Amino acid sequence: MRQVGPRRFPSDVAPTDAWYIDDVAFDDTDIGGGSARFPTTRVSAVLGAQSAEPEVRARSFGALVAAYWKPVYKHVRIRWKKSNEDAKDLTQAFFMRAMEKDFFDAYDKEKGRFRTFLRTCLDRFLSNEDKAEKRLKRGGGGAFLTLDFEGAEAEIESTPPRGDPEQSFDREWVRSLFGLAIEALRADCAARGKEVHFRLFERYDLDDSGGGRPTYAALASEFGLKTTDVTNHLAFARREFRRVLLQTLWELTAGDEEFRREARLLLGAEPEQPA
Amino acid sequence: MLSDEVVRHLKEVADLPDLAGTRYRILRRLGQGGMGSVYLAEDTELRREVALKALSIPDSSGDLASRLLVEARLLARLEHPNIVPIHDVGTLPDGRVYYVMTYVRGRRLDAWRHEAPARPVYLRLFQKVCDAVDFANARGIVHRDLKPENVMVGPFGEALVMDWGVAKVQDAAEERGVLVGTPAYMAPEQASGLTTLIDQRTDVYALGAILYYLLSGRPPYDAAAHAGALQQVVQGPPRPLRQIDPAIPRPLAAICARAMARLARDRYTTARELSEDIDRFLDRLPVYAHRETPLERSARFLDRNRVLVYLVGAYLLMRVIVVLVTAR
Repeated sequence: MRQVGPRRFPSDVAPTDAWYIDDVAFDDTDIGGGSARFPTTRVSAVLGAQSAEPEVRARSFGALVAAYWKPVYKHVRIRWKKSNEDAKDLTQAFFMRAMEKDFFDAYDKEKGRFRTFLRTCLDRFLSNEDKAEKRLKRGGGGAFLTLDFEGAEAEIESTPPRGDPEQSFDREWVRSLFGLAIEALRADCAARGKEVHFRLFERYDLDDSGGGRPTYAALASEFGLKTTDVTNHLAFARREFRRVLLQTLWELTAGDEEFRREARLLLGAEPEQPA
Repeated sequence: MLSDEVVRHLKEVADLPDLAGTRYRILRRLGQGGMGSVYLAEDTELRREVALKALSIPDSSGDLASRLLVEARLLARLEHPNIVPIHDVGTLPDGRVYYVMTYVRGRRLDAWRHEAPARPVYLRLFQKVCDAVDFANARGIVHRDLKPENVMVGPFGEALVMDWGVAKVQDAAEERGVLVGTPAYMAPEQASGLTTLIDQRTDVYALGAILYYLLSGRPPYDAAAHAGALQQVVQGPPRPLRQIDPAIPRPLAAICARAMARLARDRYTTARELSEDIDRFLDRLPVYAHRETPLERSARFLDRNRVLVYLVGAYLLMRVIVVLVTAR
C-alpha cells in the first residue's frame, strides 16, 4: 500500500507545497523478516525533474529545493560573498531560472553527481548574474519560494561554514539531508503512535546541548520506562532513521550507482572521492 | 540546526548494525572498507571479543549482500593459519548481511613496518603472507586487493591476510572491465581493467608491491601524485628500489622486480616460488631472479662460509708466521 499526496515540509527545511511520496513503513513484525534489499519504489526527484509530465516535474522540483536551498543560500553568502539580501534574491532567482529554463534537463548521471552538477549550474548562474548585473533588473519581483532565510542566516552566524567552498557546499548538503530525514522520521513516528521512540532518539542522538549523552538508565527514569524499553525504542528509532535517510537520499539521486556513492559518503564507509 | 558533531554522530548511528536478536553486542567501530564497516563486538554466549563486518551501504539490487556472502563462504573455505578464520554469518533486521570473524589483536603491516624490524624478521613474516596467498591461489581464489593495510601482524609475530571482499574465484563469470583493488598495489593488467587476464600472478605482483613497501618503507606508486597511482601503474614500472636505498641487496631488489614484472608471464608463477626465492636469499644461496657477477658470487661465498674462511685464514696466517720464524 503506497500513499501519494501533498505533505508540507517543516518550514525550516522546505518550501511550501512540496510533494512527497511515501512507502508504507516497515512494521515491527518485519524485524528479522525484512527484505534483504533496500526498497527503491520511491521516485527519484532528480529524474522526476527531467520528466515530461508537469505534475511530476513540479513535485520533483519541490523535493530538490527542499534539500538544496540552504546549501545554495550559504554558498552564495560565503563563496560569492553576497549580502544576505542579495543572497536571498539570488537563491530565489536561481531556482526560478532553473525551473523556467529547465537547467536540470542537462544533467547526465554518467558524468557525475547531481550535487556537483547543481553547484556548477549555480556558479555559472551567479557568474552570469555578476557580469550582466541582472539582479538589479530583477529587483522588486515577489518571492518565488517561501524559505526560512532568517534561520539560515542565524546558522551562518552560529556555525560559520569552513573549508573550501566545494567542501562547505557538500557539508551543508549532508546537513540538509539529515535534517529532512529527521523530520521524516518525526512524522513517521507520529503517524504510527511512536512519539516516545522519536523523543528518546531526539534526546539521546540529537541533543548536543552539552553535558554528554544521558545514560539509558537516566532516560528510563526520565521517560518512566524500563531500561530495556529504552534500548529497544532507540534501536527502533535508529533503524527507522537509517531507512528514511536512505529513502531521502534515493529520492535525491539519479540511479543506483550515484545512490551508492553518496551513501558511502553519508555513512562514512569510505572517503569522499572527487566527482 | 544540526551541529557538525550531531551530523558526525548520526552518520555513525545510521551505519550501526542493529544486532537485536543476535548473540553479538557492538563495542566500537574498528574500521571501514569499500562495502562495509568492521566493528569490535562481544559474543555474549562465548564471552569473547570478535570482529563483525556488516554492509554499510544500501543494497537495492541485493548484489552487495551476495558479495559479502561470497566473501564469507570464501573465508570458510580458507582454513589456514595465516588467514583470519570466520565463525558466523547472518542477516540484520534491516536486511543487511554481516559475518563474524576472529578479532585479531595486532597491528597492520604498514604500522608494524614503521617500527623498523630487522630485515630477516620482516622477510620471514612476508613469507607467511606468501604462504596464505599460495594456499588460496591453489584453491582457485585470487585475493585482488593485497596491500600492507590488509595484513595484520599478531602479538606472536603471526601474519594474517584480511579483507577478501573483492577476491575472485578463478573461472567464475564476472563483468568485464570492473576495477577493484588499490591502485598503488595493482598489477598493470588489473589497473587496465583487463579482468580476464587476472589470475594468481596478479596476486604475485601485489606481493611484490608489498615487498617493495617492506624494503623501501613506501608504496611503489604515490597515490597522492598528480597523475594518480592508477595512471602511473599503467604507464610504467615504479622507481627502482636501489635508487631509493642503495643499501638494499641486489638479489632482493631483483626478486621484487621479478614479482612486479609488467607482464604476468615474466613473474614468478606462484607465491610459493616467490617465497622460495626469499628463502634462498635468507640462506645466502643464489636467487633465481638475479644473475650474479663473479665478485658478488665470491662475496656471497665468503659471507655464507664465514667460519671456514676464518679458519683457513687463521691457518694461512699461522703458516706464514711459522715460515717467517723458521727463516730467521
